[in-house]
Amino acid sequence: MPLLSIRDLRVEYRTSRGTVAAIPEFSLDIEAGESFGLVGESGCGKSTLILAIMGYMGRNGAITRGQILFEGQDLVRAGAEELRRIRGGRIAIVYQEPATALNPSMTIGAQLVEVPLAHGMSSMVEARRQAAHVLADVHLPDPDSVMRRYPHQLSGGQKQRVVIAMALLANPALLLLDEPTTGLDVTVEATVLDLLNELRAKYGTALFYISHNLGVIAQVCERIGVMYAGKLVEDAPAAGLFRTPRHPYTRGLLASLPRSGADKRGAPLLPIPGVVPAAGRAPASCGFLSRCGHAAAGVCDAAVVPLLLAGPGHLVRCARWADLPEMAAPSPVARADAVAATDEIVMEAHDLTRVYPVGRRQLLANDRLTLAARRGHVLAIVGESGSGKSTFAKVLAGLDTATGGSLSVLGKEVAARPARRRAAALVAAVQMVFQNPDGTLNPSHPVGWPLARALHKFGIARDRRAAEARVSALLDMVRLPVSLRHALPRQLSGGQKQRIAIARAFAGNPELLIADEPVSALDVSVQAAVINLLLRIQEEHRTTLVFISHDLGLVRYLADEVVVMYLGQVMEAGPVSALFEPPYHPYTEALLSAAPVPDPQIRTTRIRLEGEIPSPLNVPPGCRFATRCPRKFGRICDDTPPPLREAAAGHLIHCHIPIEELRRVPPVFATTGPAPAG
Amino acid sequence: MTRYVLRRAVEMLATLLVASFLVFVVTEFSPGNVARKTLGAFALQEQVDLLYQKLHLNDPLLVRYVRWVGVLTGVEADPLQDPALGLGFKDPRGDRYFGNFGYSTLYKAPVNDVLWDRLGNTALLAGLAFAVIVPLSLVLGVLAGMRAGSALDRAVSTLSIIMTSIPEFALGVLLVAVFVVAFGILPGTSPLDAHSGWSIASQLVLPVAVLAIYDSGYVARMVRASMTEVMAKPYVRTAVLKGLPRRQVILRHALRNAMIAPFTVILLQINWLIGGVVVTELVFAYPGFGRMLLDASLFGDVSLIEAATLIALFVATATQLLSDIGYRLLDPQARG
Repeated sequence: MPLLSIRDLRVEYRTSRGTVAAIPEFSLDIEAGESFGLVGESGCGKSTLILAIMGYMGRNGAITRGQILFEGQDLVRAGAEELRRIRGGRIAIVYQEPATALNPSMTIGAQLVEVPLAHGMSSMVEARRQAAHVLADVHLPDPDSVMRRYPHQLSGGQKQRVVIAMALLANPALLLLDEPTTGLDVTVEATVLDLLNELRAKYGTALFYISHNLGVIAQVCERIGVMYAGKLVEDAPAAGLFRTPRHPYTRGLLASLPRSGADKRGAPLLPIPGVVPAAGRAPASCGFLSRCGHAAAGVCDAAVVPLLLAGPGHLVRCARWADLPEMAAPSPVARADAVAATDEIVMEAHDLTRVYPVGRRQLLANDRLTLAARRGHVLAIVGESGSGKSTFAKVLAGLDTATGGSLSVLGKEVAARPARRRAAALVAAVQMVFQNPDGTLNPSHPVGWPLARALHKFGIARDRRAAEARVSALLDMVRLPVSLRHALPRQLSGGQKQRIAIARAFAGNPELLIADEPVSALDVSVQAAVINLLLRIQEEHRTTLVFISHDLGLVRYLADEVVVMYLGQVMEAGPVSALFEPPYHPYTEALLSAAPVPDPQIRTTRIRLEGEIPSPLNVPPGCRFATRCPRKFGRICDDTPPPLREAAAGHLIHCHIPIEELRRVPPVFATTGPAPAG
Repeated sequence: MTRYVLRRAVEMLATLLVASFLVFVVTEFSPGNVARKTLGAFALQEQVDLLYQKLHLNDPLLVRYVRWVGVLTGVEADPLQDPALGLGFKDPRGDRYFGNFGYSTLYKAPVNDVLWDRLGNTALLAGLAFAVIVPLSLVLGVLAGMRAGSALDRAVSTLSIIMTSIPEFALGVLLVAVFVVAFGILPGTSPLDAHSGWSIASQLVLPVAVLAIYDSGYVARMVRASMTEVMAKPYVRTAVLKGLPRRQVILRHALRNAMIAPFTVILLQINWLIGGVVVTELVFAYPGFGRMLLDASLFGDVSLIEAATLIALFVATATQLLSDIGYRLLDPQARG
C-alpha cells in the first residue's frame, strides 16, 4: 500500500464568476521513503494540491470528488481532530517563504516546542531538548542560542533551516516541500538541498517536492511528475524524464532552459508559445492542446487523453507520444567570442566605491570596483545577495552616487552625478529594467502611458501623432499587439509587463541597458521568450547590456564577459568562456558548484560554502572571501589583500593561490552520461 | 530598553516645553486684552490701563513667556495676587510655589482649586469608560476577525457600525428617554452630588454607557481589521498545519500580532476621553474637565485655558510615550 494515494481528486474554488476547477482530476501514489518531485509553471495547481492534502483551502475552496488516502485513512473525510493529529505529526510542510512562515513575535524555541507538545509529548523540558536536537540536525550552530532568538534575528537560510526543523520535529512520514529554496541564494539553496537529501537518508521521510525549477528537482528527487493545467501530464524516474522526455510540455520546459554548454550564438532558447490557461479554462481532452506544436485534429481533441505507459515506470498523458521524434540532444557548439575585444569601451569603473554611514560605522557596499563594458557586449555581474551588484547598478543608472573612484559612461564622468544632474541625452542613453515588473508599472495608468511619457521626457516625439507612432513601434519591437497600449497593468501577464518595461527602457534608444534580474520573477517558458527578445533587440541596436543575475546557467548562455562580485569587490572577471573553466577563483568555483543543473547526467563537483556572506559593516581585512573560502591556505588570506593575477588575456583573478595551482582544479561540470555537453 | 525609555522621556519634556510656548502665544493673542478680561466688562478704562502697566503686557512676547514659566515653576510671584492691584485675588498656597497656574477669573479662585477637582471627575468617567471599551471592543473585534466573512463577523461588523454612527448627544437622549423617562431607574443628570437623591454610582451609569457604546464600535472595527489581516498571514497557516488546536492558534499566534496595530489606537482613546467628551458632559451636566475648558474659553479665562491645555498636552504626550513603549514590548522587531 502506498504511503499517499490521491485518487480522482477534484478541487474547486468559488469565485465571483462561478465555480472553477483548479484541479479537475488528479491521481498520484507516493511510496514510503520515496522522493517525488512535481514541476510545473505557476497556475498549474501545484500549491493547491499541497494544501488540499493538508485540508487547508480557505473558505472558498473545496474538494468535491475523490480521495486522499494517507496510511490508509481518507483525509478528505477525516474529522477535525484526526486532521489535527496528522498535520505536523504525520505530514509536515516546508513553505516557500521562511520569512513569513514564522511568527515574528515568538521566539524560535517557543515555536518549535509547540510541535511535540501538540503531538503527544507532555514534558516541556523534553520538548525543548528534542527541539535543540533537531536544530543541531539541520546544522544550525549553537541551537540553544537560536531557540532564544526571534525570526528577524536570523538570516533567510537559517530561517528555512528552522522551518525544516519544525517540520521534522514530530518525525513525519511525509514531508511536503513548497518551493522551499525559491528566494534563497544559490549557495544557500545548495546547502538546503544537501540537507534535505541527508535528512531523508537519516529519517526515511518521504518527500513530495513541488517547484518550477527543474534543476532543483533534479538534485533531490528520484521520480518526477510534470503538472499542467491541474493534471499530471508525465510521471517518470528522474533519469528517464531528462533523457527521454515524452510530453510536449515537458520538452518545452527543458528547451526553454539554456542547456549546459550552449550559448546565444548556438541554439536559441525555445519558449513555449502562449500562456498557461486560467484555472478551469483548459481544453478537456488535452490541456496543452492550444500551445502544442504536435497537436493533430481528430486525435488530440477527440477524447480525454488518459495517462499512457511509455516505458518502465514512465507514464505520459499524450495521445501522440509514440509519433513524436526523439528530442534532440543539444549539439555542442564551438564557442566563439564573436565580439571583438577592440570594441569601444562605453562604461568604465575605476576604484568605484560606495560607502553608507551606519551610525558610527561604515557599510562598504562597493569597494574599489574596477570593471568595463564594451559596445554591444553583454556584461554579466554575478554574486550572492549582499555582494553589491545592485548598488553598482544604481550608481550606474544615477539612482545613487558613489563616494569614491571614477565611473565614466560614454566618456562622461558620472560617479558623483545623480540622474537629475545628468544631461537628458545621457539619462536616455543609460536605462534600466528592474526585477519585479509589477512594482515598476503604475497600476492606475494604461501601459502605453509610461512609454509616451518616456518619449516626451527625452524629447524624442514632439507632437502627439509622432508619439503614438513611436509607441506603436515600441510595442511592435517587443512583440506586443498595439491594442495593448490601453490595457491596465493588472490585465497583463508577468511576461507582458516585463516586455513593457523593456520597451520603456528602449524608448530613448539607450546605449547602455542595465537589467537587474529581469527574468527571475518569470516562469521558465516566459523567461526564455523575454531573454530571446532582449538579446535580439540588444544585438540589433548594438546596445551594451549590463545583466545582473544569480542564474549562472542563464549567464553562461547570454554573457560575453562576466564579473564575479563578493562583498563589494570583484573576485574574478573575464570572457564567459574562460570563467566557466578552470582556473577559477575559489568563489566562482563555489557558485558554479551550487548552481542546480537540470540534467542528472551532469555531475557537478561539489564544494560547499559554509555560513553566510559576512556583514558589509565588518569586512575581513585581507581577502574578502577568506572567512568562507574552502581553499584558504594560511594567515596570508586573512591578513593581506590578494594580488591581481592574469590567467589569460582579459581574465583576472584576485587570489593568493598561484594561477598554475588554480588551473589544476578539476572542472565543476563533467558529463557522466552519453549526452555531449560543454 | 531603559535607555530607550529615558531618551523618550527627555524628548517628551522637550515637546511639552515647545508646546507650552505655543499654548502661551495662542492664548495671549486671542482677541481681547488680558487686562480687560481679568477685570471684566464693567471695569473703567483707567483701571484696565493701570493693570496693563502693572502686568507689563507691552513687554516682548519672549520676556512675558519667560515670566509666565517663572510663575508656573514658583521662581516668580504671581503679579495678579499683588495686593497693590486691589483685585482681591488670594491663593492660600501663597503667590510663589511650584505649579502655580495663576488665578481663574471665571471661577474667582486659584486655578489649582478648580482644575484638579474637574480633572478628577473626568478621570473617573474616562477610567470607567475605558475599562468597558477595551475588553468589549477586543472581544468583539477578535471574534469577528477570527473568521472573516462568517455570520458572526457580519453581525459584529454591522453592530459596530451602528454603534459608532449614532452621535453622542442622540445616544444620550435615547438612553435618557429609556432609563430615566420610561423606567425611571436612573437619574437624568449627573452633577456628582451625593445629596441629589441618587447615588454617585447611579449617576455615572448613563455617561459611561454613552461613551462606551459610541467608542467601542470604532475600536472594535480597528481590532477586527487587524485580526483579519493576521489570520491570513502565512505564520497562522504554519500554526494550523503544525497541528495546533484552534484555540492555541488564536491565543498564542494570532492575538499578540493582531494587537500591535490597534494598540496605539486604543491608547489614543485616553486623550479623547480626557479632553474630547464635552458633548456627553453637557448632556448629563457632568462637572468634567472638557466642560470646564469650554466655559473657560467662552469666558476668556486665560490662566485656566493655559493650565487645562497644558494638562491635556501632558496626557497626550504621556499616552504617546506609553504606546511607544508598549509597541516595543509587543513587537520584538521594533526592539531591533
